[in-house]
Amino acid sequence: MKLTKDDVKKIAHLARLGLTDEEIEKFAPQLTDILNYVEMLSEVDTTGVEPTSQVTGLANVTREDEVDQSLSTPDELLETSELPVVDHQLRINRMM
Amino acid sequence: MADLTWLSIAEAHKGLMAKDFSAEDLVKASFERIKATEDLNTFLNLTEEEAIEAAKKVDAQIAAGETINPLAGIPGGLKDLFNMKGTLTTSGGLMLGNYRAPYDATVVRKLKAVDAAIVGKQNMDECACGVSNETSYYGNVLNPWNKENVPGGSSGGSVAAVASGQVMYSLGTDTGGSIRQPAALCGVVGFKPTYGRVSRFGANAMASSWDHVGPITRTVEDAALVMNVIAGQDIYDATTPEIEVPDYTAELGQSMKGLKIGVPKEYFVEGVDEDVKKIVMEAIDKYKELGAEVKEVSLPLTKYGVAVYYVTTPGELSTNLARLDGVRFGHQAEGEFKDIHDYFKACRGEGFGQEIKRRILVGTFVLSAGYADAYYKQAQKVRTLVIKEFEDVFKEFDVLMAPTSPVAGFKIGEKVNDPLAMYALDMLTIPADAAGIPAISIPCGFNEDGLPVGLQIMGPQFEESRVLKVAHAYEQATEWHKRHPEL
Repeated sequence: MKLTKDDVKKIAHLARLGLTDEEIEKFAPQLTDILNYVEMLSEVDTTGVEPTSQVTGLANVTREDEVDQSLSTPDELLETSELPVVDHQLRINRMM
Repeated sequence: MADLTWLSIAEAHKGLMAKDFSAEDLVKASFERIKATEDLNTFLNLTEEEAIEAAKKVDAQIAAGETINPLAGIPGGLKDLFNMKGTLTTSGGLMLGNYRAPYDATVVRKLKAVDAAIVGKQNMDECACGVSNETSYYGNVLNPWNKENVPGGSSGGSVAAVASGQVMYSLGTDTGGSIRQPAALCGVVGFKPTYGRVSRFGANAMASSWDHVGPITRTVEDAALVMNVIAGQDIYDATTPEIEVPDYTAELGQSMKGLKIGVPKEYFVEGVDEDVKKIVMEAIDKYKELGAEVKEVSLPLTKYGVAVYYVTTPGELSTNLARLDGVRFGHQAEGEFKDIHDYFKACRGEGFGQEIKRRILVGTFVLSAGYADAYYKQAQKVRTLVIKEFEDVFKEFDVLMAPTSPVAGFKIGEKVNDPLAMYALDMLTIPADAAGIPAISIPCGFNEDGLPVGLQIMGPQFEESRVLKVAHAYEQATEWHKRHPEL
């Protein structure tokens, strides 16, 4: 698997990650090396093997969906932000 | 008053109860030591007021004859990815450089509940990605044994702080070796418990199916004492099971007679330095003297560990870090943007360092349509086989022993432009993370350059007590843990 500079640009777009031309230049061969290295996983016969998602085997762990403000109140949350507070809300930059 | 720098938690607790010194003395000594050795660059922020306040409270409790926890009033530090209400929690990067924690992580809440004196937040590889602490936005941490060397990573600041006598313990995280590998390189104890044994709630996530929280200490007993406080089920972390937490000190001191030790030959292959192999084999021989049975064993899937890790963890990291977009969290780019995507790209492009960008790209690729089955899913299937391989071997053996790190150390800058060489340094620590089994690194000698070497001991899931007991037996039979760097 060889990743070209165009591939890197495409992946960076999917990840919403701004890269400089120098970074694209540098990452293309480095990512190619990494993908070539992990290629070894295809040697392993995994027919009929389930993929692991939780190593200790817990499943369907749930709790009541209740609002809990014991850890932090909305006011405390507002205090920790660097953003300006207007009307008890954070004002963020205009997006559109 | 005696020098308080190198006391273990257990010794300091004893001294507090005997009124040889106060908790305030301990905390002040810690801050003095941090200042005197600040060139190590271990701490990003200090929480002096809170620590002194906790110490005063503990001193009052002692004066009133109350019973206190062994961690009460003991100075400790937190890797800077643990949320501690009101403190900056940077994860070692610019992206979260201004992020102030709005709540306490569960482990922080538990430490505060026993009046532990948390002295500050520690330097680390950015977002816990790195094996040398060189990816930190806030500069290298130096290895206390040789300041030209890296301390290991990603919990480099946390480990160097313990090794240099600044604090008596730290909390770190271990995803591919980030507690044990730096512990080996800095000559201290680093313990990674079973996956889910300690809550990760409030620890900024790297790779959720791999992240573990654990203690870094100067003795095995101290690791058990910290575990006693931080372990257990947490309703805020669905991966913590409803399994009772034992007293982790209870089995310390038990005999090694008849203990079955497996030595996996794949942990002594090419790429592992000869001096490391020799020192670790001598340590394993010590167990024979103590009455244990030692036998070579084979874990053939070991060689796939690094590949499994560098597919699955970038995948999970790329999704975990997707929330850092400069809107609710994260660095905010300045300027004019043509659309929202352009703004996201600018924030993330400026906010993340090189290693994080590399891993986000790999992770996004291995999870993308057309490649997810071949890469991510295949890696998680191989991981299933790795887990099975450990389960099988633990039917015959009580514990496994191996080196923690393939090298005793390396110079700052030496490998910085070679990501694959860096990744290979986790080859011996990744498998225990892949299988979620408890594993510890303890000091077991020094190489010719005077650098410490770590012995790794692994046990089956939820057998923390056994791993600690075995590590403790070696520590009691040797003097390595009493050697400290001259600073």
